[in-house]
Amino acid sequence: MVMSEGVAPPYLSRELEQPGKTRKGSTSSQRAGSRWGRRILTAFACLVYLYLFLPLINIIVFTFNDPAGRYNISWDGFTINNWLDPFKDQELTNAFIRSLEVAVLSISIALIMGSLVAIALARYRFTGSRGIEIFLVLPLTTPEIVLGASLYQLFLGRNVVFGFSTVVIAHVMFCVSFVALTVKARVRGFDWTLEDAAMDLGASPWRSFRKITFPLILPGIVAAALLSFALSLDDYIVTDFTKGEFTTFPIQVNNAFRVSFPPQVNVLATIVLIVSVLLLVLTSVRSEKGATR
Amino acid sequence: MAADTSSDDRGLRKGKWAPYGLLSPGILWLVLFFLVPVMILVRTALSSKASRFANPEFSWQFSNFTSAFTDYGPQFVRSFLFAGIATISAILIGYPLAYWIATQGGRWKNLLIGLVVVPFFTSYLIRTIAWTSLLKDDGVILNVIHAIPFVPQDFRLLATPAGVIGGLTYNFLSFMILPIYVSLEKIDFRLTEAAADLYGTPWQAFKKVVLPLSMPGVFAGSLLVFIPAAGDYLNNRYLGSPKTSMIGTVVQDKFLVQFDYPVAAALSLVLMAIITTMVLIYSKFLGTEGLAV
Repeated sequence: MVMSEGVAPPYLSRELEQPGKTRKGSTSSQRAGSRWGRRILTAFACLVYLYLFLPLINIIVFTFNDPAGRYNISWDGFTINNWLDPFKDQELTNAFIRSLEVAVLSISIALIMGSLVAIALARYRFTGSRGIEIFLVLPLTTPEIVLGASLYQLFLGRNVVFGFSTVVIAHVMFCVSFVALTVKARVRGFDWTLEDAAMDLGASPWRSFRKITFPLILPGIVAAALLSFALSLDDYIVTDFTKGEFTTFPIQVNNAFRVSFPPQVNVLATIVLIVSVLLLVLTSVRSEKGATR
Repeated sequence: MAADTSSDDRGLRKGKWAPYGLLSPGILWLVLFFLVPVMILVRTALSSKASRFANPEFSWQFSNFTSAFTDYGPQFVRSFLFAGIATISAILIGYPLAYWIATQGGRWKNLLIGLVVVPFFTSYLIRTIAWTSLLKDDGVILNVIHAIPFVPQDFRLLATPAGVIGGLTYNFLSFMILPIYVSLEKIDFRLTEAAADLYGTPWQAFKKVVLPLSMPGVFAGSLLVFIPAAGDYLNNRYLGSPKTSMIGTVVQDKFLVQFDYPVAAALSLVLMAIITTMVLIYSKFLGTEGLAV
């Protein structure tokens, strides 16, 4: 679960969109590396991509499997029935919907709180800002199992009923730092005097925020939202400790694995994959347009 | 962050109360649901439990920590060994790919690095289950391996340390590639031309110029792979066997199955302490820049 800004897709950041940078790299590598060295490196890179995508290909291919038993892990024949009936498994569908609910709610809370922290850190100079920055990194460098176990002890000691709300509290917790650091990286070096200029021209503080500050931090917020969504939807370990009888999609898949692994799991996972990739492409195309404008 | 405060100065406000107001919701959440729970975990680790269903009583029970080591030594060793091997494998696989994208990606760079993030958008659990399907004894990969002469007929990957390490490497590989790529992107590759002008071979140029400059990325990536890998229990659950159980397996079992909180808390704190020490040593030498921003 450990996340850093390095995980935010770097192509969403302005830094990499500067033209000319790419040329610098390719010309020099032509001089530096021998032709064979480059060919071997290219072949190796293709193999790494194959490795990265092998399980995804497996997941997608197995959405078309017609498993003989209750486990969709051996190839038994082609069918499109799974795609015609993706919500066949009621328990799984409910867990999937609950996962989406948890993700949407926790991300909304984390985005607001995290962005405020980012604005405070990027825009003001104040005592303790360095300490706050270090404190923000800590949840990201703590193993998930410790985050989960400590929340488990907190809720248990206070007799809190485990369920939807405890899972949301946990998801907000691990998303806040991530949002704050991603948005902050994005607004670093932003010229805050633009806000003064707007106010000198008679804009109210709210108007100058809406017209100047918000559009500038928006790409950072979008990047943070996308990746926190993936984090929340995907989370297993922290959820395992805070769920009680409540089940999210990954938890349901794991619990059901003792008796079955239906192809609908693959179909739902593939739908999430396709939607996320589309969103990613859309936002990066939009941010590239924004950069060239 | 300290290095570039000068460029950050434009319009920075010296707020008195405003920054604290902006920070408070997010920081309060982290204090309540991260800091306080970890302190409760410390308390639990120093408690004793009369029977399985009794509440833990605080009693300066340091023996929980010693028994964490004496009873679960092999699991600790395995966790750090597996996580260490996974980290090194991720460097060996991830560095060449990041280098290839940075030097030869040309105008496809953004797309190529975006592809590295795509596996994140399917559930980590489902990807791991996909590996069980790929690695099983009559699966695609083993059929290929068994076609190689001199491979013993009983060679298998599932339920072996190799299976677990492979899963850990795969699941956290992107965390390695992204920071290495970010640090390689910052390098002015004209430096390798300078090295060539000074009669350096391409290999010398890489070893003396590029590699040292990209080390911050390698270190950040190493932590981002090592930390989640050391505390993981899902890869072992699906790709390993009881013989390959890691410390996460024990902590999860003790907390959620056996209700043996004090020893489980001690185990997770030891894990956290070792990892925090590594992070502190890291940030002492390289700062929090690579990790947090």
